[in-house]
Amino acid sequence: MAYFYNTPQDQAEMLKAIGVKSLEELFASIPAPLQLDRPLDVPPALGEIELTAHLQELAARNTPATANVSFLGGGSYDHFVPAVVDYVASRGEFYTSYTPYQAEVAQGNLQAMFEYQTLICQLTGMDVSNQSLYDGGSATAEAVLMSLAVTRREGRVVTIGSVHPEYRQTLKTYLTSLGVELVTVEASGGTCDLEQLARVVNDETACVVAQHPNFFGALEETDEIAKIAHDAGALFVVAFDPISLGVLKRPGDYGADIAIAEGQSLGTPMQYGGPYLGIMAAREKFVRRMPGRIAGQTVDRRGKRCWVLTLQTREQHIRRSKATSNICTNQGLFALRASVYLSALGPQGLREVAELCLQKAHYARGQLTGLERLEPAFASPVFKEFVVRDRQHDVDGLVRAALAEGIFAGVPLGTWYPELSDCLLVAVTERRTRQEIDQLVAALGDRASSSPSSAETASYA
Amino acid sequence: MRNTRATQLLFELSHPGRRGSRLPACDVPETSLDELIPERHRATAPTPLPEMPEPEIVRHYANLSTFNMCIDTNFYPLGSCTMKYNSKRNERLANLPGMVDLHPYQPESTIQGMLELLHQMQQMLAEISGLEAVSLQPAAGAQGELTALMCAAAYFRDLGETRTKVLVPDSAHGTNPASANFVGFDTLEIKSTPAGYVDMNDLRAKLDEQVAVFMITNPNTVGLFETNVREIADMVHELGGLIYCDGANMNAILGITRPGDFGADMMHFNPHKTFSGPHGGGGPGAGPIAVTGKLGPYLPSPVVAKDDTPEGPVYRLDFDREKSIGRVRSFFGNVGVLVRAYCYIRTHGPDGLRQVAENAVLNANYLLSRVQHILPVPQGDRCMHEFVASAAQLKSERGITAMDIAKRLLDYGMHAPTVYFPLTVKEALMVEPTETESKQTLDAFAETLFRITDESPELLHEAPHTTPISRPDEVTAAREPVLKWTAAEN
Ligand SMILES: Cc1ncc(COP(=O)(O)O)c(C=O)c1O
Repeated sequence: MAYFYNTPQDQAEMLKAIGVKSLEELFASIPAPLQLDRPLDVPPALGEIELTAHLQELAARNTPATANVSFLGGGSYDHFVPAVVDYVASRGEFYTSYTPYQAEVAQGNLQAMFEYQTLICQLTGMDVSNQSLYDGGSATAEAVLMSLAVTRREGRVVTIGSVHPEYRQTLKTYLTSLGVELVTVEASGGTCDLEQLARVVNDETACVVAQHPNFFGALEETDEIAKIAHDAGALFVVAFDPISLGVLKRPGDYGADIAIAEGQSLGTPMQYGGPYLGIMAAREKFVRRMPGRIAGQTVDRRGKRCWVLTLQTREQHIRRSKATSNICTNQGLFALRASVYLSALGPQGLREVAELCLQKAHYARGQLTGLERLEPAFASPVFKEFVVRDRQHDVDGLVRAALAEGIFAGVPLGTWYPELSDCLLVAVTERRTRQEIDQLVAALGDRASSSPSSAETASYA
Repeated sequence: MRNTRATQLLFELSHPGRRGSRLPACDVPETSLDELIPERHRATAPTPLPEMPEPEIVRHYANLSTFNMCIDTNFYPLGSCTMKYNSKRNERLANLPGMVDLHPYQPESTIQGMLELLHQMQQMLAEISGLEAVSLQPAAGAQGELTALMCAAAYFRDLGETRTKVLVPDSAHGTNPASANFVGFDTLEIKSTPAGYVDMNDLRAKLDEQVAVFMITNPNTVGLFETNVREIADMVHELGGLIYCDGANMNAILGITRPGDFGADMMHFNPHKTFSGPHGGGGPGAGPIAVTGKLGPYLPSPVVAKDDTPEGPVYRLDFDREKSIGRVRSFFGNVGVLVRAYCYIRTHGPDGLRQVAENAVLNANYLLSRVQHILPVPQGDRCMHEFVASAAQLKSERGITAMDIAKRLLDYGMHAPTVYFPLTVKEALMVEPTETESKQTLDAFAETLFRITDESPELLHEAPHTTPISRPDEVTAAREPVLKWTAAEN
């Protein structure tokens, strides 16, 4: 095996030094009836050449978003990743080290963490950031657990139908075992029903969880949501799109108490859904209730500026069952990627990426809804994603037609919203060109005029 | 030669007007921002990010990286973390465009290769664990614990039973009690015997019909196989409870024994440990869980299903699982980590996996046999993949602490073991060499320990001496937290 050092001779010498006769003897503490008396039933070993061929064969049966033209979004996006991000993250000193328990030999990681925390605060306008959670979905759940602890209210958590359905499902799973009621306010017009929100938020509500821009790509009335939450003494938790902050107000500027995000957009490849980056930032006064690792600045014994893991009494390895979260291994490598990405973009680049997404998404929306078959599902302003409704009720047909042209047209919404089963969520990043958008429009347009049969089937569906 | 200019903070290097990226011109007809976004939503000032050109970013991070110890450069015997070699072929293969550029909502027909890989992974993990059903969704070991406990809670709800307690050995990893708490259970600690095993008397005293789950780590945190595990499982099962196995230490038993065979109903894997996923300076990991058949229906959705058709197997995501607890995160799982783990398992095959365990256990025992006369190992002279030595005697005799030894090791170019964990051993040094180290490295480590324990306590208290910094003031860091850079302060 390529990764072992021990030759049979090494093994013999080591066994002798230990004072046992065989490798089996080292396992003598495992009662014989519990030992496996056969080899594991897994496929035979592959050398590097065979393994490479095998993985290439599997990969060849996938169509990467880079081979097709992708308009897929819904929380994972085909944003461009600059080469410098890959370079930094592929340095062994970063990717083959672990949690900086020994600060003296981890200043690279610790400083990078401190920089990441600063960048996230700059990006969001919040006071403090942790050093990453798993992803957008579990970050939502962690923000809510934190809100329960901060407000000492365990009666109710309020969210909105326009929040990513998988974030809400995650939240529901977490809250079920704790017996906390989860109320979901409607967003049938594509954004939060503010009147209903005001009715359901009460003095037992720990927090209101919104997403802005929301799952449909639309902008929420964040000032009003914040006011409703705060008037009831609840926290305002918002899931934001990091890229959108190149043009939109920051969560810290519109009253968010805890801001969370799926950080995949910041330099992490889509890799079929993970590993990604759970971002969490909050107001200063909540810092001791935050989950996850946090780096802090201090000095060493010679007075030199340096960084350490800090506020560790929040964490499971110290506080055990009283910890603010059970998280241990986090997503450090993707926090690093986000830092390199944000540094490479800078303020100007971030604004340009955001504006490109915005302009292209609006161009695409205009062109698509210009087709006879499609109409905008909602009227609210959007950022880089929008929902179109198929007048012929055959979203699957649209997706198939586009796929035949090498295009991923978007995410059908019927999976999560039965009432939107005639709707498609279309995302447009800075990578999409006008030509690609026009191809999408042509693919969906041709389909609309050339296949009446599918329209008929669809009307029965 | 250190370049201290380049390792200033990003924000100190920033210079107005510099930039590291150039975006394409907008190729669609532009609409004014006023028309697209109402003013109340618009940013009023540019995001205050650093401004730097690409070469400066590279120089900054390349220099920073040299401040880190890592597996690529150093022996890293950090107990419980299984810091083994991270194979370069796995990196290359996981980064094939057909693996890495896949969107989580692509049509299933366009990801058949990925779904096949994940389906295979479910099956291989079931086989390795000796359990029937697998979920690849959890993002790390801790989330695997949480998820499995949620499945257990749902299972008991279905049985109409209200069980409120989870038992956890006092030597268990902190994530165990923390996970139990976030599923709404009360945690009760079970004592360890001086020999390092679950105290059967304490277990008997605390075990009742209110106990939902006993979370056992096996091999346990002091590196011993819990010889009574079958009896423990029988006792818990007798009263209707379930056994959870924390699988962080699977490296010791791959192909030797299986949690399902020693009585576990549920377990998690840490593929970033056992199957060599790179630890990334803190993460990512993954935390797939395996459970018995009766708990399978409660696993999160989706799982990968395989349909045999006349044209061959077709893979799909199965969401139609009525008893499922739901989701614990967005999207499928930490797939990038799972792809690397898949490569790892396929590289080793059945014999290779067993050899991983054999060599990991051999290396740990060899090292133990070499150091125990200097650093006693309270829990005996044999271990599995790791052992916990104690500096208690050195401390009382010469004032040398586990921390002193850990810090001084850094001067000799070796990463420190895990220190002061588990809490059950005084002045603990938890050493896990892994199978991807040579006898020569182990000898060098042992000899370094001998040398250190001969050095003057004063020298050791101030160690390390050769690293960029030494003994940071953690108390002030926690008392007056500075958690971000601000222009005013610096
Ligand atoms: C024994 C043990 N259990 C659980 C965990 C938690 O796993 P993770 O860090 O992947 O969440 C760890 C590792 O950190 C561990 O060593």
